[in-house]
Amino acid sequence: MGVDEQTLLDPKLQEYIDRKIKDGVAEALASQPKEEKTPRLAMVASKGTLDMAYPPFILATTAVSLGWEVGIFFTFYGLDILHKDRYKSLKVGPIGNPAMPPPIPALPFLKVPNLISALPGMTAVATAMMKSWIAKAKIPTLPEMMEISMESDVRMFACGTTMGMMGVVEEDLIEGCEVCGATTFLDYASSANVSMFI
Amino acid sequence: MELPVADQELDCQGLLCPVPIIRTSKTVKQMEVGQVLKMVATDPGSMPDMEAWARQTGHELLSASEEEKVYTFYIRLTK
Repeated sequence: MGVDEQTLLDPKLQEYIDRKIKDGVAEALASQPKEEKTPRLAMVASKGTLDMAYPPFILATTAVSLGWEVGIFFTFYGLDILHKDRYKSLKVGPIGNPAMPPPIPALPFLKVPNLISALPGMTAVATAMMKSWIAKAKIPTLPEMMEISMESDVRMFACGTTMGMMGVVEEDLIEGCEVCGATTFLDYASSANVSMFI
Repeated sequence: MELPVADQELDCQGLLCPVPIIRTSKTVKQMEVGQVLKMVATDPGSMPDMEAWARQTGHELLSASEEEKVYTFYIRLTK
């Protein structure tokens, strides 16, 4: 018919309808419940030495203090952190660690050569040294950090592949961890705001 | 600025990250909206950490000051 849409309605009526629609949409949007997503931190803990077990728990306990959700996937040697018989006796490896300071702070020039680090008993020395620093600095022990994390609902994912590979069964693990594979962790991590590999 | 009267005080002197943040969070959980917490710490990272904590949790950092490496914070609970 060739009738222009504009000519069908009185401009005032058109304006009224437009305004009504605009207000209605704005009102509908405003009444929608605002969903605030809790930030999520997803970490992979792949190392089983005392010095490498700390960082995931420092970050986990801090994140839960900020109100975040946290999940840690323990894989390869990192699985030792969840092992009932091992998590309380994780060690510090002194070999090949040029950052390893001398046992006597008064003699800073005295670096420990790898040959000495390789001697029997040196792992125990390095471990005792780090534990003494931790105690002196009033930093919680690793089992304490783990306890704080678990009380705060940090999810502990135990890597099923590592368990199969290293002959670890669910009964060997501390209570409260979830045995799963990479798929479960990736599914969890896919909606994380921060993720990292340690 | 006049500092408000603290409803509760928390001494985190001599403690390192993340312990002061953990204790602060635990303490505010037992307090009520509108109340003020005074927290004192000596961790060298306290200043930026408490600012970030307030940003993340939404609580109001009323004041943050430093005197001879002792950091004092006043926090008002918003929720």
